[in-house]
Amino acid sequence: MPEFLRTQVMVILPEALLAVFAMAVLLLDLVVKRKGILAALTIGAAVCGFFALSGTGGGGSAWGGMFIADGYGFFFKIIFLASLVLSVLVSSRYLIEEDINHGEYYALMLFSTIGMMVMASAGDLITLYLGLELMSLCLYVLSGFIRGSLRSNEAAIKYFMLGSFASALLLFGISLTYGLTGTTAIDGVAKYIAAHGLAGNPVLAFATVLYVSAFGFKIAAVPFHMWAPDVYEGAPTPVTAFMSVGPKAAGFAVIGRVLLVALSQMSFEWTGLVIALSIMSMAAGNILAIAQTNIKRMLAYSSIAHAGYALLGIIALSPEGLASTLSYLFIYAFMNIGAFTVVTLLTTKGVKAEDLKEYVGLSKTHPFLAALMLIFMFSLTGIPPTAGFIGKFYLFTAAIKAGYTWLAVVAVVMSAISAYFYLRVVMYMYMKEPEGEVKLERSYGARLALGVTALAVLVIGMMPAGLVEFARSAIAGFRG
Amino acid sequence: MNPVPLQGYIWLSLALFMTGVFGFLTRRSIILMFLSIEVMLNAVNLSLVAFSHFLNDLRGQVLVLFVITVAASEAAIGLAILVSLFRNRATAQIDKISEMKG
Repeated sequence: MPEFLRTQVMVILPEALLAVFAMAVLLLDLVVKRKGILAALTIGAAVCGFFALSGTGGGGSAWGGMFIADGYGFFFKIIFLASLVLSVLVSSRYLIEEDINHGEYYALMLFSTIGMMVMASAGDLITLYLGLELMSLCLYVLSGFIRGSLRSNEAAIKYFMLGSFASALLLFGISLTYGLTGTTAIDGVAKYIAAHGLAGNPVLAFATVLYVSAFGFKIAAVPFHMWAPDVYEGAPTPVTAFMSVGPKAAGFAVIGRVLLVALSQMSFEWTGLVIALSIMSMAAGNILAIAQTNIKRMLAYSSIAHAGYALLGIIALSPEGLASTLSYLFIYAFMNIGAFTVVTLLTTKGVKAEDLKEYVGLSKTHPFLAALMLIFMFSLTGIPPTAGFIGKFYLFTAAIKAGYTWLAVVAVVMSAISAYFYLRVVMYMYMKEPEGEVKLERSYGARLALGVTALAVLVIGMMPAGLVEFARSAIAGFRG
Repeated sequence: MNPVPLQGYIWLSLALFMTGVFGFLTRRSIILMFLSIEVMLNAVNLSLVAFSHFLNDLRGQVLVLFVITVAASEAAIGLAILVSLFRNRATAQIDKISEMKG
């Protein structure tokens, strides 16, 4: 291989490896009868991807700047790979219970992860669009994976319709940016805007609105959240766990690349929009969650609210703010997948375990599981010593330092409201008598995932310095 | 030789795009909503090609090729999802599909 090509390939090595594994999974699916092998292969792929990633750490950019492998991308890719591994661990038994044990599932998960990784490394709007579509198209199929279930079909069609609509908005924004600046390179756009004094240009402002809407859809921020509750409820539970974490983080990765780099000169225009999104998401997410009796739906509204919190770090417009958003997304990945893992473990043949009533008296029947759910619920509320507290603490501090004290006050009030519905689950588990036997799914993978997520939530909660330092060093080379 | 100025293309593209948005928001048949999205994508393609021509830059046309490819796979996936929905319930009206509420 010529030298210049070798250096280029080295930069995209993690993604390339994952793509090879994904295609291998598709081919092996034809001959392998035990689909557990494919699950193991997927986890192997993620591990290989992780080592390739650490090897090429701050590897620079390739393909004419279209693909950037910097610390910022590295941090997000760690989140994606971790959520891939955890969701696959949770999936393997669930797929058998739901009678949807097809090998394509793992290939789709892998391709979707590749899409997210490409998004996190996008140095050009074209790369960004392609990564986003690769991620979304796979997720549409995954959310409709229980073909015989009307709810799963409904989730897929709603997600697909609104997702395609959002991509069309994004494309129109890209087209207008390209027409105005004559380039699609993210740093090129920023340079052109600065050099030609285009800040405040009405057409560019319109493009900014389109970007914010499209990304708002991907991170499920109000008012672009309508799909989230239905899709989260209808999709297979491990897929819900995966897509409440990965695509949300990927959405934030591109928000960082586009709003903080390409449109950094337009920050006066977009901060107002993003503040509105953040407040509406925190308010609507937390208040509507109170009325839910389905736990998956409740967690969907909670994920809308968490998107609102994480936006605070973007609004702060400071390296500190960005670092706090990054560490929050990292923490959120573990606590949310953990909560969904508990839901999955309670799902056995014929039992959905989605209604809050099924959690009544869980502390008597399965004390250990109830204790873990308690940790996740505390962490989602933001109660010390769990990781959720640390995440929120840094976000709110960043907002206050940036002069948005009132916004931090709103966020704190909203977290207080959220305690009502998170702790209601705890109350059901601990303060009521069980009503009959509750069976658990026989899955070692899900138990392992549960252990890892709970440990991560507690360790980060008590020793946050490592994560904070990691997030800080990740954005050291990020020019915002 | 450019008898049609850039503005002409952009206004046409914007009109097409808004037609698509309007169709998507008002139609209740999944197939027609789907067509509206295709109209939106093609409006974007038109504007990209026009920009690319007037800027003397190939990037826009490269993106158009990608958009066409992605739109094709999107159509395949959308129709596949619709077929599996139709097997469970014979309807293509979006407001008839409301298993989940709240």
